[in-house]
Amino acid sequence: MMKVELNVNGKPVTADVPENTLLVHLLREHLRLTGTHVGCDTAQCGACTVIANGRSIKSCNVLAAQMQGAQITTIEGVAAADGTPHPLQAAFNDCHGLQCGYCTPGMVMSAIDLLAHNKNASQAEIREQLEGNFCRCTGYQNIVKAVQQAQKTMTA
Amino acid sequence: MYAFTFERPATLADAAKLAKAGGKLLAGGQTLLASMKLRLAAPEQLIDLGGIRELAGIRKEGNRLVIGAMTRHADVAESKEVQTAIPALAELAARIGDKQVRAMGTLGGSLANNDPAADYPAAALALGATLVTTQREITADDFFQGLFVTALNESELITAVRWPIPKRAAYIKFPQPASRFALIGVFVAQTDGGVRVAVTGGGNGVFRHAELERALDKSFTPAAVADVKTDASELNGDLHGSAEYRAHLIGVMAQRAVAKAVG
Repeated sequence: MMKVELNVNGKPVTADVPENTLLVHLLREHLRLTGTHVGCDTAQCGACTVIANGRSIKSCNVLAAQMQGAQITTIEGVAAADGTPHPLQAAFNDCHGLQCGYCTPGMVMSAIDLLAHNKNASQAEIREQLEGNFCRCTGYQNIVKAVQQAQKTMTA
Repeated sequence: MYAFTFERPATLADAAKLAKAGGKLLAGGQTLLASMKLRLAAPEQLIDLGGIRELAGIRKEGNRLVIGAMTRHADVAESKEVQTAIPALAELAARIGDKQVRAMGTLGGSLANNDPAADYPAAALALGATLVTTQREITADDFFQGLFVTALNESELITAVRWPIPKRAAYIKFPQPASRFALIGVFVAQTDGGVRVAVTGGGNGVFRHAELERALDKSFTPAAVADVKTDASELNGDLHGSAEYRAHLIGVMAQRAVAKAVG
């Protein structure tokens, strides 16, 4: 067992976990933050995407122990304090940017990172930057539309 | 995942000591952790290098860039220093894997792993980089020794890579569409010591291409390499592309890379 101290969604967290605990399992099983999904468990699908120290990462491909001292944001931490959805959450809702919804938390976290680093991303850049996230329903058209709509509201 | 022990040393000396005792070094983990899940690797102890501050960072030293081994791909891609001094290197880093992988994956990890289809080995070999380790300095020409094999010994860590700044350089890869690994990637560099061309994705590890270098030394133009053929019998094929297809791709990627380098 080892002690991991990090910050999740603005709150300090200390967890005693086995050394082989993946970040996604720390989030889901120890902190009960089940919005972050495990899809492929092989770092391909991106359903487990969270933001760590300002960049999106795949939490199934990182050990919790590697994240000692990190600032983590999960899908549970992106809405405003009064519950108002993040502009990307609102846009995924408006544009029907989801079908089954399994990939959505990862898509939203990946898109938050995308717009934070490239707020004027073109449609081609949005598609390229979301390449680490799979939608098995193949609903990519509306996902890209949602990111573009959020881009407008966030830069307005 | 199976059980293992985990160490997070704060100094290089401690990391080297643990490595000598048999631990496996963990850089970004983007290859190693996935390999461990599949039991392609099964170390009993991981030594996380993420806590050693001196291993990350980018600085210019005279006519060279020095990049710390734990510098993430995303940091190389976004670095103004790299974009200005060796734009081809920044662009290469921006196209490794996907952006989540680039946020964790590191320069040193990629070089030490020496995947036969990885991008960084092509840059290191074509630019004539020097790998600085805890024990010595190794030129890229001596470092890469074939499929996942390098000159590193068990207890040796890469600490930084020194990149001579070329006159002109470019890297073009034909990415495997799912993984973004190179089916073939060609890095061309016009250096003070002549033209150097490195090819990745051919199957047995990164290699220099003497015929392309000779042709480009005479004339650094895409037309100069249009007729340079590569012997397919020295390449490997797989379900993504035959050896003959890859041999052809080398010529095409080389022409595109030279066109890009001459702008």
